[in-house]
Amino acid sequence: MQDIDIADLKKISEFIYQKYSYDFRNYAMSSFKRRVLRIMELKKLTVDGLLKKLSDSPAFINEFLDELTVNVTEMFRDPSFWRVMREEIIPAILLNHKQFKIWHAGCSSGEEVLSMCIMLKEMGILHDVTIIATDLDVNILERAKAASYPVKNMELNEKNYIRFQGTGSFKDYYKEENGMAVFDKNLLMNVSFRKHDLVLGDIFNKFDLILCRNVMIYFNQALQNEVLKKFHESLFKYSYLAIGSKESLIWCDYASRFIVVNNEEKIYKKIKD
Amino acid sequence: MSKFNLNNSYKAVVIGGSAGSFQGVVKILSQLPKGFSLPIIMCLHRLKHVRHGFVEALSIKSVVQVTEPYDKEPIKKGCVYLAPANYHMSAELGNYFALSTEEMINNSRPAIDITLGTCAYVYKEKLVGILLSGANRDGALGMKQIKARGGLTIVQEPTECMIDTMPKAALAATQIDHILKVDQIVQFLIELDKQYR
Repeated sequence: MQDIDIADLKKISEFIYQKYSYDFRNYAMSSFKRRVLRIMELKKLTVDGLLKKLSDSPAFINEFLDELTVNVTEMFRDPSFWRVMREEIIPAILLNHKQFKIWHAGCSSGEEVLSMCIMLKEMGILHDVTIIATDLDVNILERAKAASYPVKNMELNEKNYIRFQGTGSFKDYYKEENGMAVFDKNLLMNVSFRKHDLVLGDIFNKFDLILCRNVMIYFNQALQNEVLKKFHESLFKYSYLAIGSKESLIWCDYASRFIVVNNEEKIYKKIKD
Repeated sequence: MSKFNLNNSYKAVVIGGSAGSFQGVVKILSQLPKGFSLPIIMCLHRLKHVRHGFVEALSIKSVVQVTEPYDKEPIKKGCVYLAPANYHMSAELGNYFALSTEEMINNSRPAIDITLGTCAYVYKEKLVGILLSGANRDGALGMKQIKARGGLTIVQEPTECMIDTMPKAALAATQIDHILKVDQIVQFLIELDKQYR
């Protein structure tokens, strides 16, 4: 197995920033290193070869982003999180707003968005919710829009759904076609998928709920704080932010503007502008 | 008592284990000297979708409360850490943890190779790596990286293991400094701790 040192990793992220305006300079080093090594292995490239390819073929950047970003997810990941959403968070939002907006930041291949839509449908409020789902990686957004996943993933997804205690039957939400589980497109009717860069992108809307689970773990602390600042600005006062179960805001300056609503599921509420 | 020829330059102990390692880990944690002088970083294969129970079960007899670190949590001496369910756990330069949800490695998340390999990178020759019983080859590459960076490598005596695939894979992959039974691993850790008193 090849290795790569920090100087080379910095060279690569600096080059990508200068040429393509994607900023990986503040990504967590251990996972960034593994991702870059993975691409080098996949493409049989050395560090210099990788830099040359990034320099010579601009089309390669999309492929690079697709491999670099971590797109491993599952539907209803952490079923207990989804139960809290259904039983506490969404009802709390509904107390004040009949219609509301959700942002899935770093939506990857869309499993979480689809889980949200299934849950909202079962609650009878899918029509009342506007969802914006964003990712840096345009290829993955296409996959998210297609809402079509290998059937082999469905066993785990269905297990999660059952532990979430969904009120329907999981299999009713998709049809099998050529080894793929193709989900009912009506589930996504109020979802707009957009390319957006959490690191360099601007604030573009205000939301009642932001989900960004297991995305900021790929950032270093300084960048986590910057992104949290953006989430803070993108939330209405008394709105909610959900992060991954093993993420924490406590080392971010902006954490003091939030309270913990559910510590186990890492759901926060903005209480100060 | 000097058969291990230890000194106080070590900064961390990392332990990997899988099938059949639970009893060994419990024994090690229950016999650790109070206020053990180094962080103990553990990556044990576990059910991906059960967040609770494991850390509690390990803590019952442990001298120190075992914790599953948060992403970016500092690594502190005297603490015992366990890689959380369904996350890979890395050590980062600057002495803190980073978690990730990347692809499974060796069919595992958490993968022992990731925890061992990143610890090797951060702690270099100041690391003790211990690999226990297990039914797959996860950890062999990590042990190789520990050795390559000058760390000390220990595997559980294969004849004592419930399943010896894991230590044997490490023995085949790299030079292992000590092949020890769990009781001897405990003695090793006690002796290591004495170097810091």
